[in-house]
Amino acid sequence: MAKLWNVSSSPHARHTDTTSKIMFDVAIAMLPASLYGVWQFGFKALMIILVSVLSCVLSEYVYEAFMGKKITVMDGSAVVTGMILALNMPPEVPLWIPMLGGMFAIIIVKQLFGGLGQNFMNPALAARCFLLISFAGRMTTFTLDGVSGATPLARLKAGETVDVAAMFVGKIPGTIGEVSALALLIGAAYLVIRKVISLRIPLTYIATTLIFAAIFGGHGLSANYLLGHLFGGGLIFGAFFMATDYVTSPITVKGQYVYGVILGILTGIFRIFGGSAEGVSYAIIFSNILVPLIERFTMPVAFGKEGKKK
Amino acid sequence: MGLATFRGGVHPYEGKDLSKDRPVKTLLPQGEMVYPLSQHIGAPAKPVVKKGDHVLVGQILGEAGGFVSANVISSVSGTVKAVEPRLTVSGNMVNSVIVENDNLYEGVQGLGDKRDASKLSKDEIRAIIKDAGIVGMGGAGFPTHVKLTPKDDSKIDYVIVNGAECEPYLTSDYRMMLEEPERIVGGLKVILKLFPNAKGVIGIEDNKPDAIASMTKAAEKEANIQVVPLKTKYPQGGERTLIYAVTGRKINSTMLPADVGCVVNNVDTVISIYMAVCETTPCIRKIITVTGDAIKEPQNFKVPTGICYRELVEAAGGFKEEPEKVISGGPMMGQALFTLDVPVMKASSAVLALTKDQVAELEPSACIRCGRCASVCPGHIVPQKIMEAAERRDLDLFVKYDGMECCECGCCSFICPARRPLTQAFKSMRLAVRAAAQAKKAKA
Repeated sequence: MAKLWNVSSSPHARHTDTTSKIMFDVAIAMLPASLYGVWQFGFKALMIILVSVLSCVLSEYVYEAFMGKKITVMDGSAVVTGMILALNMPPEVPLWIPMLGGMFAIIIVKQLFGGLGQNFMNPALAARCFLLISFAGRMTTFTLDGVSGATPLARLKAGETVDVAAMFVGKIPGTIGEVSALALLIGAAYLVIRKVISLRIPLTYIATTLIFAAIFGGHGLSANYLLGHLFGGGLIFGAFFMATDYVTSPITVKGQYVYGVILGILTGIFRIFGGSAEGVSYAIIFSNILVPLIERFTMPVAFGKEGKKK
Repeated sequence: MGLATFRGGVHPYEGKDLSKDRPVKTLLPQGEMVYPLSQHIGAPAKPVVKKGDHVLVGQILGEAGGFVSANVISSVSGTVKAVEPRLTVSGNMVNSVIVENDNLYEGVQGLGDKRDASKLSKDEIRAIIKDAGIVGMGGAGFPTHVKLTPKDDSKIDYVIVNGAECEPYLTSDYRMMLEEPERIVGGLKVILKLFPNAKGVIGIEDNKPDAIASMTKAAEKEANIQVVPLKTKYPQGGERTLIYAVTGRKINSTMLPADVGCVVNNVDTVISIYMAVCETTPCIRKIITVTGDAIKEPQNFKVPTGICYRELVEAAGGFKEEPEKVISGGPMMGQALFTLDVPVMKASSAVLALTKDQVAELEPSACIRCGRCASVCPGHIVPQKIMEAAERRDLDLFVKYDGMECCECGCCSFICPARRPLTQAFKSMRLAVRAAAQAKKAKA
């Protein structure tokens, strides 16, 4: 016989989707928002994105090489982390900030907990919060066309009205990737069509946030107020791209609804009753920590065991 | 409402076009015949012949070793060469009767005689099926007479014929539904005689419209028999998913189909029942698909059990290219082979030779918790969770998260983007849990 045949346990067929293809899809989905950010904020935004991605990929490579682990940078997860981190940055930050953020995200939040799939928090968001706390001034200075100004959410909080149409397109101050709801929704639609994400978490999250804002915001069903909350402060970016992170969201279907509700309530509390106008990032990393608990209480009933005692 | 189906499942590449238009060809064996005495679930059969004995077609070589067991019957006439362990598809050495075929095919007395099933009593029918050594021929090999003997015949209201053939590449059941639909309807009528309150249902996936048409035509005069088209989705032909699709009833791993009033038999099993009862021919022939992109002329063969797999591949023109993987059965639940020198058994269904092994293409990598395993699992388990238990060899956690409800269909491994060997881990865990339970019982 020319060569030995392969033997392995069944099944012998595999789907063509792989981890790296999924990561590639997520990266593609963030392109519209990235391109819009670069178009609006200019070359410095492009540099921030590049530095952030490079920092993440290099951190992963160097850490894995140093620790004698298998090099996994080709799975694309570090690229995705780098993009999310960059899109969460104001366009004016100096380049050492995304560099530091990338290292923190990959080494501290991801690799020290065991690498891909083991981190209990979204690495990019944890890094963002770390940067927010450490360099509050730099991380919260938002400019548009060279003029620094208040974000729409800050204006809402101050009781002003906002230009909803400008928010939808993205002609507002904010982080590089969160400003254009339109660009984000195009990317989100791509993820849904490619079946990379389901709408369970994003829609539950957004609906809960808006209901919470309607009840506790003090503006009732004011369209301007609610649309401001919808298009402002990274809610859409967070709901479709960060809350849906596989590793840090519940795997159970029921759990995903619960998770979406918790996210919405926390975001509402942080935005309306908190000191800052924003709340998405903290709501997501806080809910990340609750995921194991949510999963424990939302395990599905096995086929044929419905209504039977365990 | 769409077609009858279930929640979960996957759509693997079907590959049925290779062999579906090839009519079943009868193939006579050249070499020695090997009859493993354990080709069914339950106790092995006890050999009742010895070296040097002359045997006839239809003669019992091994007698059922208990109620849950089945006779092993000679498919040729000739001389017993040996009773010794031989390699089987599973990779185990199994005590087998080896017969040197004299190519005369002399039958035992009465072999092939027509019989009128309507004149037989229920007990007679069951005895004939038991003597004929019929087992579930879809793959599991559970003795059919046991399946047909529930506690209370009157509580059975569905007799389901499994014509789903959801396993990719396989076309043997499909060919039989086209070529021998009367025998399938005839066999179903025999089973319905046993269950006075039951109606017959033939479930067929809708990727086989001509099989649906053929069976509908064959059953058109039978008021009590209905053909139900099913959505094409793997594992539609699994016992639990099929029962659910047809009746809306659910069984779990601890229940039998009879607990929800169902009896399920595969197409080929039903034909075997017809042949045993109405044509006095025991379970000695098998329809086998020989297919895959490494096979020169993919074919469907009608062969006597005991024939060597190598002869099947040669009859299909051999390999046109050296395969990377050869499988007994389909790609989802089949058994990988390292040699073709194994005999066809009652539950064999196909030889599949592939030039590419998709499993070897990529190394398994870390779980990213994408949840696809959970969304395709027809058992509504979360494979990711029981995999965590499996990796820690934590039997209690595995059971707690319903690992024992796994039907080993392979959907989770198929869909996993990290290519994790989920099903494989679950199979070994399930064995470990059962072994631990047995050990506990033995102690008590």
